[in-house]
Amino acid sequence: MEFYLYLALFAPLAGSLFAALFGASPKTIVAGLVPSILLFVSFVSSTVLLVHILSGGAVVHVEMMTWMATGDLYIPFGFVVDQVSVTMMMVVTVVSTVVHFYSIGYMDHDKGFNRFFSYLSAFVFSMMVLVMSDNFAGLFIGWEGVGLCSWLLIGFWYHKESATWAANEAFIMNRIADLGMLVGIFLVYWNTGTLQYEQAFAAMPSLGTDILTLMGIFLFIGAMGKSAQFPLHTWLADAMEGPTPVSALIHAATMVTAGVYLVVRAHPLYDLIPNVGLFIASLGAFVALFAASMALVNRDMKRIIAYSTLSQLGYMFVAAGLGAYWVALFHLMAHAFFKALLFLGAGNVMHAMHDELDPFKMGGLRKVMKGTFIMMTLASVALAGIYPFAGFFSKDLILEVAFVEHHYIIYTVLLFTAGLTAFYSFRLVALIFHGEERYKLFGIHPHEAYKFMLVAMSPLLLLAIIAGSFKMSYFEMVTQVLPELEYHIHHPVTFWIMTIGTQLFVIAAIIFAYRKYANAKVTVPDGTSKIENRLCYKVLSNQYYIPYAYEEYVVKPYRELSTVLWKQVDMKIVDATVDGIAGIIYGTGEKTRDMQSGNLSTMLKWMVAGTVGLLSLAVVFGLAVRYSAEIKAILSGLGV
Amino acid sequence: MFEAIAFYLFAFLTIAMFFIAVTTSQALYALTSLAAGMIFISAFFFILGADFLGAVQIVVYSGAVMALYAFGMMFFDTTRDVKEKNGNKYIVVGLSVVSAILVVAIFSAPLVSENITALYPMVEGAGNTQEVGLVLFTKYLVPFEVAAVMLLVAMIAGIVLAGKDMDLSLTLLDDNEIEEIKNKQMKKVL
Amino acid sequence: MEIGLNHYLVLSTILFAIGLIGVMRRKNLLLLFFATEILLNSVNIAFAAISHYYGDLTGQMFAFFVIAIAASEVAVGLGLLIVWHKRHGTIDLDTMSTMRG
Repeated sequence: MEFYLYLALFAPLAGSLFAALFGASPKTIVAGLVPSILLFVSFVSSTVLLVHILSGGAVVHVEMMTWMATGDLYIPFGFVVDQVSVTMMMVVTVVSTVVHFYSIGYMDHDKGFNRFFSYLSAFVFSMMVLVMSDNFAGLFIGWEGVGLCSWLLIGFWYHKESATWAANEAFIMNRIADLGMLVGIFLVYWNTGTLQYEQAFAAMPSLGTDILTLMGIFLFIGAMGKSAQFPLHTWLADAMEGPTPVSALIHAATMVTAGVYLVVRAHPLYDLIPNVGLFIASLGAFVALFAASMALVNRDMKRIIAYSTLSQLGYMFVAAGLGAYWVALFHLMAHAFFKALLFLGAGNVMHAMHDELDPFKMGGLRKVMKGTFIMMTLASVALAGIYPFAGFFSKDLILEVAFVEHHYIIYTVLLFTAGLTAFYSFRLVALIFHGEERYKLFGIHPHEAYKFMLVAMSPLLLLAIIAGSFKMSYFEMVTQVLPELEYHIHHPVTFWIMTIGTQLFVIAAIIFAYRKYANAKVTVPDGTSKIENRLCYKVLSNQYYIPYAYEEYVVKPYRELSTVLWKQVDMKIVDATVDGIAGIIYGTGEKTRDMQSGNLSTMLKWMVAGTVGLLSLAVVFGLAVRYSAEIKAILSGLGV
Repeated sequence: MFEAIAFYLFAFLTIAMFFIAVTTSQALYALTSLAAGMIFISAFFFILGADFLGAVQIVVYSGAVMALYAFGMMFFDTTRDVKEKNGNKYIVVGLSVVSAILVVAIFSAPLVSENITALYPMVEGAGNTQEVGLVLFTKYLVPFEVAAVMLLVAMIAGIVLAGKDMDLSLTLLDDNEIEEIKNKQMKKVL
Repeated sequence: MEIGLNHYLVLSTILFAIGLIGVMRRKNLLLLFFATEILLNSVNIAFAAISHYYGDLTGQMFAFFVIAIAASEVAVGLGLLIVWHKRHGTIDLDTMSTMRG
């Protein structure tokens, strides 16, 4: 099994390096095909490992080599394939294989084709390291690696100012969070003396609650950054500047879920500190509602999907925070499939509409883009959580968890959010595919994407539909390592009322969205209509003015401070000191240059002057040595 | 008593001679007074019981060095005064006096002398020359040899620098060429 | 009126100062060499005196080596002086300014 582990881990790296060989040359189809095939190999290996684990095989744990061994600190490059990491490996390899094949078509006309695949495969490798590592240090390598690749890929079109800005924003936000994560890791090492998951978690129950709470909070700060939780959420929407396959892979399916993975991985820790768990759940519920509300009015197709991702991440954190780790992981998996599908569909639409992102300018596309229409609709259905699609099983479970744990406020919020989710997803579908063909006004001639792109997407479609049926087998597998908490609402009546009620609510929201946006009366908003001038609309479309507030109250004061420090401290003190030293030396040289007149007589005079100087020094030091006792006495008398 | 008289007498003479040597504008006077000063210095060595050193002083300085200088002067037009245009006399005198005072301060202040112990004490009942020989050829043998080599180097250097036609090697020439040179020189003499 | 070490040291210092004056004010290279001889000799007196008063032969040894150095210095120095004189026809110190920085 070790062979498959290494294969799954290093095939993406090989692909990345292979594509990097062609990094500077013009588009070569090989540079796209080889990484994709290697990823498929990685996927197959992961499947083998999954089968191995499913069939009751032992956890595969290898220690490739020692990384650090200094004193008590021992960190190996160790990898573990257990029930949790194999889930993540499957999610990562499935989605990334699909995205790779899809990108061959999507990036067809792009100059950076080869570079793109190099970055993308490097990302997958980092993600695999993240999920497979058996210690916090390895996790952190992968964590930083995906951050780096995310930065590279968001800023892939680096000639676009907004893309580089978004890339930097994502990177900086993540750095802030990573500091918290590092502190958390240090705390773990400080208190348990090891970074290996098993030993660290084994040592934790004997620690004090205070220190555990600190650990939990700091590690969660890292998770907040990576998973874009409030208040570090702004980067995710801006990250949509990257190519759409990147959004599908990184900013929907895999990287942003790393935070959830971290919380799930650290479940022995969070089990010990239920208060922090409750905080995580509350924050998750808040983010779910908060992000969904922003998605309601947004006019950027990709941002809407990004907010929906944010919202779904909130759901996952609710589950993880309430101790239902396997539910969080299950929703993570299901969400990865349908959200990646949704993004890739959006990519097709963008391609067809020549990078137009405003759904109000589309409409009626179902006639030209039948395949994409079907896929996106089904993905939206899955997202909305309609029976029997994947979203129903996973999302409904989270609602049940909240209900059973008696957190009714969270339950209500999540239920309401489910309605909002359904509404904005179908608002998007309706605006894009139904109604008048508004794109004609803008002189665009849309066309369906390449056939093989649609074929590449089909595995995701399949999984988005059937993933829910894995629920029980998945539960059996994962609960071997995760706490075995099965949630059943004991009273069948309550259960049915809840389930059917939720379904009806969601369907009502969908119908409402269709009624409102799938008709011929929808026009391109121009900022004059009544609804657009309402306060709540403005607040929502400006993302609660949070980016504005960050800009105004964080970035600008910081820039002011930097300017002041630059002008006052750096220029006037630091630079002045350095320049002053240089100036003194330069000036002395300039002045004493005259000494070197070449006249021997003058030189002799200088020589004598030097002798005098040295003699005086000899006298001074001689006296100082001779009378050192007295000098000391005087100095001590002065109180020095 | 005699020692004191001798010290002051020779001190006066030495200072006077050396003063003339550095101030006179006549090179010949300077040379003469320098030679005299060297001999007077050897007197101090005798007073101090360093007989051998005194003898060496007379032989080397008054003999060899002064003779060299005398030969050197013959090369140059020393009758012509070199114009001694001094920028600032005060600097010259001031610096010298200050350095003198500082050295005196170093010597007179009880800084150094307190912790000196004899490294190679005088041998009882032996003459100065004998003592010097004992120390020089035991403890200072290597420096002595080095000094000898240095003198050899200096000698060769002096010959090479001052000699004429040193790039001509008679051993490398054949007989005809040597004959030619000989004829040329004969002509010059004639 | 005993003559002590300090007397000799003061004498040596005075001679050294005279030598320094010579070094600084002489423009004729030959006379400059004279001044350096004075410097070396003044130091020799100090060495001999210290050797005498501390009963240690090291001072005399050093005086020896100083004399040896002085002799070789004269040999090489005069040789150089002759070369310079052949080239430039003068031994004025002020003409030697090829080291101008």
